[in-house]
Amino acid sequence: MTTDTPTTPAVRVRDLRRVFGDRAVLDDLELDIARGEFVALLGASGSGKTTLLRILGALDGADGGEVLVPEARTIVFQEPRLVPSKKVLANVTVALPRSRSAHGLRALAEVGLERHADAWPATLSGGEAQRVALARALVREPELLLLDEPFAALDALTRLKMQDLVGELCRIHRPAVLLVTHDVDEAVRLADRVAVLRDGRLITDETVTVDRPRDPGNPAFAALRRRLLGDLGVAAPPQPVPAPVEPTPGRTEVGVI
Amino acid sequence: MSAPPKTTASGLVTPRPQLRKARSRSYALTVRAFGPVVLLALWWVASATGLLTPDVLASPAEVLRAVVELWDNGQLSDALTTSLTRSGIGLLIGLAAGLTLGITTGFTRLGDELLDSSLQTLRTIPFLSLVPLFMVWFGINETAKILLIAVATTFPMYVSTSSGVRNTDPKLIEAMRSFGMGRLATVREVVLPGALPSLLAGLRLSMTLSVIALIAAEEINATAGIGYLMSQAQSYARTDILAVCILVYGLLGLAADIVVRLLERVLMPWRTPQGASR
Repeated sequence: MTTDTPTTPAVRVRDLRRVFGDRAVLDDLELDIARGEFVALLGASGSGKTTLLRILGALDGADGGEVLVPEARTIVFQEPRLVPSKKVLANVTVALPRSRSAHGLRALAEVGLERHADAWPATLSGGEAQRVALARALVREPELLLLDEPFAALDALTRLKMQDLVGELCRIHRPAVLLVTHDVDEAVRLADRVAVLRDGRLITDETVTVDRPRDPGNPAFAALRRRLLGDLGVAAPPQPVPAPVEPTPGRTEVGVI
Repeated sequence: MSAPPKTTASGLVTPRPQLRKARSRSYALTVRAFGPVVLLALWWVASATGLLTPDVLASPAEVLRAVVELWDNGQLSDALTTSLTRSGIGLLIGLAAGLTLGITTGFTRLGDELLDSSLQTLRTIPFLSLVPLFMVWFGINETAKILLIAVATTFPMYVSTSSGVRNTDPKLIEAMRSFGMGRLATVREVVLPGALPSLLAGLRLSMTLSVIALIAAEEINATAGIGYLMSQAQSYARTDILAVCILVYGLLGLAADIVVRLLERVLMPWRTPQGASR
């Protein structure tokens, strides 16, 4: 963790265990994320993917094993979690010294919201609020960015735009990213590597070799998608038809768009 | 509402949202003033028709004359200054104590376990029962009066603060912690603004109680203040001065309410009219 070569890991997890009651949600889990690598973690509801993210973000404790993460890490939650009594810019630079507000404005500009710096969070739309949450995470120049289903509560169109924005900003800032999602298309679109969490361990962990920009019509995309859905225990439809999904906040099933 | 919805040939209707009509400020003020004006009119009519004799309650005109008299000889302004200083200082002490205790028990588990049960016990003691004890402890000076008001106003503020602080969204606190915000900063920047509606409700209750405690404190051996004015008037059976004092107490309560309403508007600019928050 001292040198900054691309091979040094940003995350190193060994033999991680987390037990709820008598059920081991994470059972001898191993995970490595290199610096600047974008990893998508897929899993059905209740598979423990959010638990893993919360352990990496120091929000939850582990029951055993070794976890190493960089000091600079930030989280984008499923909900924006903006402080209602702070204006947008103050939300971005929350807990930072006042001198950083210029950085905050730059981060807001990156997500296209510099004109809303002086607005109250309550006046923003869902997508805008989530972009503010993204700016708040990026202004800290994280070495590890933890994304906890950040698009799940957004409508389908906003979700696509947000995915592009996150992908672009991650290419610019190059943090290591762990994206927790239940949306297979989203994972394949964005990630350098996809992993599937099932029964407490990663049953799949493979590099995405589909050429960018990744088009769902690409046969390699479709094949990977079908394989991942199989790992998740969902029978993939023979033809990947992009079906519109209702934007239900906090939906729990495996998203198939 | 009134007109039947127009139905088109295809069986569809035009949606008619029920919008709130915009009303002028003067209209709202008139409606607000209606209740007090009616009460005043009833009082005046009752006095004028002889239903209300002066030995029971003086007529509005006599009360107005008493106000002018008391104001001219300086008694009313002196009494007001004394009373407002007492209740103001007592209220400040009580608010500070209630706020500190409420944040401590609401935000830290140790404070909750250590203090809450004893505070809840103390809270149920009627503050009026403390009057004799305070007289023994502090004598019949200003300290006893101010402390009585402080004790009376501490508990409503405490209860409102601790419940408001407890109701802060734990997800928000967790998010702030993940961005490295310290505990004190979290209280100052997230918990307290979030608890402001409760804090202001506590302030409202405490302000009302400070006036009540003021009356109780001034009934005992006061040599100045509204309560003193009242006991003087009582011995001379001056119902007009008694009415003035009661009106002053009432107006103090009204003023407290207006102050809190203004504070709500000034202190919480992030609250949208719809009450939405994200």
